[in-house]
Amino acid sequence: MTEQLYYQDVAVGGEITPLVKQPTTMQLVMWAGASGDYNPIHYDKDFAQSRGLSGVIVPGQLIGAFLGQLMTDWIGEGGSLRKLSCSYKGMNYPGEAVTCKGKVTKKYVQNGQHFVECSLWAENPKGEKTASGKAMVILPSRG
Amino acid sequence: MTEASSGIEKLKSKIGVEWQPREYEIGREMIRRFARAVGDPNPLWQDGAIAPPTFILAIGFEQFVDDLMSLAPFNTVLMGGTELECYQPIGLGDVITTIFKISNLRERQGKMGRMAFMTFDSSYKNQKQELVAKCRQMIIGY
Repeated sequence: MTEQLYYQDVAVGGEITPLVKQPTTMQLVMWAGASGDYNPIHYDKDFAQSRGLSGVIVPGQLIGAFLGQLMTDWIGEGGSLRKLSCSYKGMNYPGEAVTCKGKVTKKYVQNGQHFVECSLWAENPKGEKTASGKAMVILPSRG
Repeated sequence: MTEASSGIEKLKSKIGVEWQPREYEIGREMIRRFARAVGDPNPLWQDGAIAPPTFILAIGFEQFVDDLMSLAPFNTVLMGGTELECYQPIGLGDVITTIFKISNLRERQGKMGRMAFMTFDSSYKNQKQELVAKCRQMIIGY
């Protein structure tokens, strides 16, 4: 584990440590079983192509879960993820890297709690944003 | 009118109406399997006691899709977006009651036929009747 991140460590405009994921078709099958999403566009290439897609695609919610991991890795055990939103703009394909990134957009104290807001996104290997979203977290404070 | 098309009418008539609540008991292996599927090695979830926040997306999702497809048998369903709010961590032994409802539906004629752009809201309460999470999902069906 890395060191705990504190509210005082964070600056608006600062970057969240990126997370690179390498989804495979096997991971999509594992995700189907674990999430209960058995949509065949995520494992049946012929079906996906018959529905106008170029092949099986990584489920949007798995990208959402990657962005969740980006945040929980960053905030550590002492932080808590309060909000996570994500809209799926493009397709990610298995076998291609998904790079999750984020930036701090706001920090403030409210009712004694230390909030940090971030903008998040996922990129494909061409550097195109295939998903973007926002997160709100509560971080511990030093002293 | 096709089946999917009459399904869209059925869904429209249900806007704002809560679906039947469903109950799920959270087991250790559900949490571990979810963390493995995401490829998330965070030690916090490895013993299956506490779930990652996005585990909420998996609670009752299969049943939700079954309920949706029995109303409107779309050929294809795509996720447009997700908004999650977490109020408390979910963990081993929690009994979570989910309630889903459709909050909005817009239609468009696409190249694959009539398309529905739907917004679903779901709430998640634990065994103490505390609201632990809320979720909004944008789903495209055609």
